[in-house]
Amino acid sequence: MTAGILLSSQTRGDWIELSAAGSWTAEYAGAIEPQVDAATRDITARSIAINIARVDYLDTYGAWLIERAMRSWKNQGREARLVGLREDYRGLFEKVHSGTQTLSPPPPRPNSIIATLESVGRTMASVGSDLVQLAQMLGSLLVAIKRVALRPTTFRFTSMVHHLERVGWRAVPIVLLITVLIGAILAQQGIFHFRKFGADIYVIDMVGVLVLREVGVLIVCIMVAGRSGSSYTAELGAMRMREEIDALRTMGFDPVEVLILPRILALVIAVPVLTFLGSMAALYGGGLVSWLYGGIQPEVFLARLREAVTSTTFEVGMIKAPFMALVIGLVACVEGLQVQGSAESLGEKTTNSVVKAIFLVIVLDGIFAMFFASIGM
Amino acid sequence: MAKESVIEVRDLVVDLKGNRVLNGVNLDVYRGEILGFVGASGAGKSVLTRTILGLLPKQRGRIDVFGVNLDEAGEMQRQEIERRWGILFQQGALFSSLTVGENVEFPIKEYLDVSDRLMTEIAITKLEMVGLKPEVYRKYPSELSGGMIKRVALARALALDPEILFLDEPTSGLDPISAGDFDQLIMTLQRVSSMAVFMVTHDLDSLHTICDRIAVLGEGKIIEAGTMDTMLASQHPWLKAYFHGVRARSGLKAAASN
Repeated sequence: MTAGILLSSQTRGDWIELSAAGSWTAEYAGAIEPQVDAATRDITARSIAINIARVDYLDTYGAWLIERAMRSWKNQGREARLVGLREDYRGLFEKVHSGTQTLSPPPPRPNSIIATLESVGRTMASVGSDLVQLAQMLGSLLVAIKRVALRPTTFRFTSMVHHLERVGWRAVPIVLLITVLIGAILAQQGIFHFRKFGADIYVIDMVGVLVLREVGVLIVCIMVAGRSGSSYTAELGAMRMREEIDALRTMGFDPVEVLILPRILALVIAVPVLTFLGSMAALYGGGLVSWLYGGIQPEVFLARLREAVTSTTFEVGMIKAPFMALVIGLVACVEGLQVQGSAESLGEKTTNSVVKAIFLVIVLDGIFAMFFASIGM
Repeated sequence: MAKESVIEVRDLVVDLKGNRVLNGVNLDVYRGEILGFVGASGAGKSVLTRTILGLLPKQRGRIDVFGVNLDEAGEMQRQEIERRWGILFQQGALFSSLTVGENVEFPIKEYLDVSDRLMTEIAITKLEMVGLKPEVYRKYPSELSGGMIKRVALARALALDPEILFLDEPTSGLDPISAGDFDQLIMTLQRVSSMAVFMVTHDLDSLHTICDRIAVLGEGKIIEAGTMDTMLASQHPWLKAYFHGVRARSGLKAAASN
């Protein structure tokens, strides 16, 4: 096959004949287009004919390029004709000829400053609507709990146990590993700096209070938001995309009761357990480093720990855990139910779910800090 | 006129998860014909299609496309072949993060070196050829109805003017009128560009109205291949049940009265 060419003209009186030859196909369209453009630009004759009898192969690309040239000549009020059209290409030309090509121009791009301001405004408004949606979800969750409490047999116990295994039991190894490391790092940094003024022993106070009150629960919640919150969002989102949630609704089931209640309940049970395990692991990691790196004997560590922390310290950490689990679950489910049709939207909502859950967990931690300070815990 | 095979499948054996799904399939698709491909659900129609397309590995056998053995084709040759076939997936498989126009332009951008202007014009021409208005160019797939998604997917499959068009149940999920329109559309486009069409279908109307030849898959082999008359004359029990069942008879009647 040879590339298509538009041969130089043959003038016959007041009209001109262009002769096309070779392959006018997609493969050569890039090379043919400039020739056609040049011809439409340069030819000044009143009437023009394109002879395509010598074209070997023709497809939509070639046919459209010829059609385009003819259209532009006709628009200039000139006469354009097609000669030598083979019977087997007639249908193709008719199809291409019948196209209107009326594409409205793209909507104008707004000024970039205005666009930035607009997106800031929209983001701020969406923060408000996010809070409303969280409250709505909490409301429907409470309604579902009430309904289930009145008829306990309808509670999806199997489903909850299944999710409990996924978000609780299977998360134990990774949570233990991370919290041991965090405890160890805290202790190492403490010893390194406290040693300068001979206060090594107070590392135990720092690690104990920090881990039990704040770090244990925060690390666990961040892990759970990333690990389980994201999977809740993606699951519910995919279910929404495949109309499974609509199917549930039409069968007379409340998706909140069937899908969301067992998931959130599983989180509310799993997170305190994981927090307890994580805090113990962090203390263990701290103790190990204090012993191996700081030379503090385990008996000394335990004795000091007993003085430094009270049961209140432990309670403060544990009380926060279920509330944070609730926030993670609510955010994950709200985002999951907002997934639209596209794959991109699923990705976006999953990201949002993790980011918002971690943000809200930290905000909630701050509120708890103020609350516990004011009641003297 | 000697018929030229664009696809030649010989003694194809494919296992899927330890089960032998295809066991010695021989099939030809000729240039310029519409081949209807039928078989019971689960008989392996999709497996055969996906194996030809290179999406599934095969155990034994040979597949030639445009006279090139796919096992021996180098990367360049393989790309050249892929440029010359177009596939319409059952659910359309449009890229949901791209607009309709970008979907149709996607293969053009990847394979051809043409100006942006020509690319847009070709995309709109293709959209108009499959019976859509140019307005859909800027829409996203999620804003379209099922029938429109199929049409856009067809426009994308046709974007490079392929010589073979694979259609996986093109009329499933369409109402009978839209399905009939879609059949006519495929036939018109096939006449216009004289491509080969390989159509997996369960739609008896499509088989009657637009297919030149029908191939039937069963028990891991091609049971029968030929025209509609061959199918109707066949004594194979599955074929008799398929082409002489209640639904088939009413389809025949409708086809005869047309």
